[in-house]
Amino acid sequence: MTPDRDRSPEPAPEAAAIDLPEPPAGAEEQEGRSMSLFSRRPGRPEASLDDPVFHLSDLDVWYGDHQAVRDVTMTIGRRQITAMIGPSGCGKSTVIRCLNRMNDLIPGARVVGKVSYHGENLYDPEVDPIEVRRRIGMVFQKPNPFPKSVYDNVAYGPRVNGMKGKLDDIVEEALTGAALWDEVKDNLKGSALALSGGQQQRLCIARAIAVRPEVVLMDEPCSALDPIATAKIEDLMAGLASEFTIVIVTHNMQQAARISDYTAFFTSDIDPAGVRHGRLVEYDATEKIFENPVDQRTEDYITGRFG
Amino acid sequence: MTAPAAKPAAGTGSRSLRQAHPRYAEQLVKALLMIAALVSVATTIGIVIALIPPTVDFFQRVGVWEFLSGTVWTALFAEPEYGVLPLLAATLLITGIAVAVAIPVGLGAAIYLSEYAHPRTRKLLKPTLEVLAGIPTVVYGFFALAFVTPRLQDWWPFGGDGPEIKNALSAGLVMGVMIVPTIASLAEDAMAAVPRSLRDGAYALGSGRRTVAVRVVVPAALSGIVAAFVLGISRAIGETMIVLIAAGARPDLSWNPLHEMQTMTAFIAGAASGDVSTASFEYKTIFAVGAYLFVLTFVMNVISIRLVRKYREVYE
Amino acid sequence: MSTEREAIAEAPASTSGLAGPRFRPGESAFRWMLFACLAIGIVFLGVLLTYVLVEAWPRLDSRLWTNFPSIRRPERAGAQSAISGTIWVIAFTGLFCLPVGIMAAIYLEEYADPDRWYNRLIELNIQNLAAVPSIIYGILGLGLLARQLGLGTTVLTASLTLSLLVLPVVIIASREAIRAVPQSIRQASLALGATQWQTIRRQVLPAAVPGIATGSILALSRAIGEAAPVILLGAVTYVAFNPEGLDSAYTVLPVQIYGWISQSREEFHHLAAAAIVILLVLLLLMNAAAIWLRNRYSKRW
Repeated sequence: MTPDRDRSPEPAPEAAAIDLPEPPAGAEEQEGRSMSLFSRRPGRPEASLDDPVFHLSDLDVWYGDHQAVRDVTMTIGRRQITAMIGPSGCGKSTVIRCLNRMNDLIPGARVVGKVSYHGENLYDPEVDPIEVRRRIGMVFQKPNPFPKSVYDNVAYGPRVNGMKGKLDDIVEEALTGAALWDEVKDNLKGSALALSGGQQQRLCIARAIAVRPEVVLMDEPCSALDPIATAKIEDLMAGLASEFTIVIVTHNMQQAARISDYTAFFTSDIDPAGVRHGRLVEYDATEKIFENPVDQRTEDYITGRFG
Repeated sequence: MTAPAAKPAAGTGSRSLRQAHPRYAEQLVKALLMIAALVSVATTIGIVIALIPPTVDFFQRVGVWEFLSGTVWTALFAEPEYGVLPLLAATLLITGIAVAVAIPVGLGAAIYLSEYAHPRTRKLLKPTLEVLAGIPTVVYGFFALAFVTPRLQDWWPFGGDGPEIKNALSAGLVMGVMIVPTIASLAEDAMAAVPRSLRDGAYALGSGRRTVAVRVVVPAALSGIVAAFVLGISRAIGETMIVLIAAGARPDLSWNPLHEMQTMTAFIAGAASGDVSTASFEYKTIFAVGAYLFVLTFVMNVISIRLVRKYREVYE
Repeated sequence: MSTEREAIAEAPASTSGLAGPRFRPGESAFRWMLFACLAIGIVFLGVLLTYVLVEAWPRLDSRLWTNFPSIRRPERAGAQSAISGTIWVIAFTGLFCLPVGIMAAIYLEEYADPDRWYNRLIELNIQNLAAVPSIIYGILGLGLLARQLGLGTTVLTASLTLSLLVLPVVIIASREAIRAVPQSIRQASLALGATQWQTIRRQVLPAAVPGIATGSILALSRAIGEAAPVILLGAVTYVAFNPEGLDSAYTVLPVQIYGWISQSREEFHHLAAAAIVILLVLLLLMNAAAIWLRNRYSKRW
């Protein structure tokens, strides 16, 4: 597997400093954050797990008789951008779908272990998955706007959730938050399907934040987009992180390097019985993962030597 | 560029994730929908309930063996006999004629549509063929009686008296055409489910289209094709209007397709359209024949459903 | 194109070049045979329609829908009571079977766990019902609805019976339409915290409506043409009045046609053919509506 090349030809100013993450062997990188390739965006707080939102412990996911993911333990911090990377089939999408119980919708899917959200186990039988999803939003791989108007797409969540307040204001806020307002404000009644792919995906982000969740999960949100649209969404995420906790699955390592505070590297492993399953290899602050990984497999992957 | 004004409402997660209030409406809706789905089960139960009591009454007076093996059916006569064989024979003979038409024609049409027709031709021909399936059977009956039978009588080449005004032959022939779309459409579905790779494999070995169709596609889709045949047969057995109009109302065990004869369905329709009183024994006869017909077609349907499931399991 | 490959396979002796013989009798006869099979059906359809039109021609005028049937005077007979009866019966059939059928389809597609035995039973049951002969439904209507429940031979009994008859068709067609709505739409809605029913009502159903409507029209057009079960339900051929309510006696077009076919006088056959034309035009209109719906609202994703 080679690193993805769908990088923006005109990256955002902050991202311009970041190039291919070749882990330099030089000593200066040890000196501190200011020298890092992964300079934090202005205004962002320190990367920190002091204020955890999720804590996953010994998470196993089964699809029928097949154990897709084994033994994942990690903590996700509030208002951090946490990236999950790894080769396809490593279970990263499976794990992110455990965080808002979207896996419930897959027949035969079963979760063992614990996913706690502010200390409350998401898989407690008393917990209501609908309440979970109201607080933990999700953006999918392919833009999936409803075949309705732009306005109705954004207003849908507030409507079904019975949110109070003026709908027009909520819609405007959400579209502004997703950096789409200026492009669609004159055509809110137009069909969402008439938008470009990148606009559709930003609409999906607007739709997700319109219900004011605490967390936004993004499952490879840029994989169906061109580099320019991708750059716009990456910019947007940096802004959103001041309000929301963001977890993003990406197959694009550089994207993880550019935008995330923490990175989890997953891989697919074959156990002695010959069963392929996903596993969390290493999880740490993004710069640590990209500059000084502990595990050899992580290093192989990020340097492109994987496989 | 980004000025997210949307404030997270549940920032601290202080609100419980438990259901705030039970969603009775959701449960109610699900229950209602399930009840709607159960209406179909109730229909089957209703059919059985409608059939059983009069049928039991019937067999209290007529022996089961007498019914199944008797060769004379004069149920509505003053001195009735209840041998169902003439009705069964007529049903089977007409079904046989229909199937002899529909199976080769339906299968041929299916192979043509699936393996030969240009997609554009197919898009035009298939709906045209399906129009045949949408024509009411009373129209087929009229056509059989008023057009096909006179032509058969005019052109009868084999000597003898030729077909009677009402006869099994024209009813069977017309019924055959009626079930062609059923067979063609189901058989084509089965053939469409055969993976491309199987065909490509055969073409790569230098096989021609005919060889691929006959030796590869048809065998691979066989269970689906047989299911189509079985369903076609079941429809022929259960068809009423064509036989009522064109084959007549005289129970006849001659197996002669030129004769007028009465099928099980035609008996039911004929006997019931007169004003039969509920208390009468004729009324119960209708249900006994109906029960026999239901069992026959039920067996056919179960076979067909199983065969369809088999090919779906293999290729889907 | 593939015929050339065939030639190579069939002529192993030929070592020179790829050019096969131009004409291969076997292959081309087979093709023509198959085409003939298809043509039989289409020619049959053409002859049938032509014959009916020619037969109907002398009687294809306004008497058909302004007059009531007459036993003795075919020249004055019309099918008004049958036409209005058909409209009554089909309207109520739609009213009964469409909501139930669509609801059942929603249950089976969106709620039912296919691993549960009762859901499998429902599925199997629907498949079987779709192939039960229509006259058996007539027996159901006669034995259970008309006699045991005491509904009599009325518009109500006929509508209920035909509803049960076409219910499997409605269910199967609606399920297909619901299944065609992409999963991503459901996921998007659920991920926003919508409940399952909110998702179905606000996203899945609106997107499936054109398909459901198309299937429903086709199901009702099957009910319109049914004669056998209605014959059992007292749709007698001499009804000289239009239905006035659900408890009214009635007749319908297919039964009226059957009645005229059974008459021996030639004039009645022309009448039957003319009534068939009316019935076919009705069916044609419904099918046209279905096709129009399908094309107008064809898939947008």
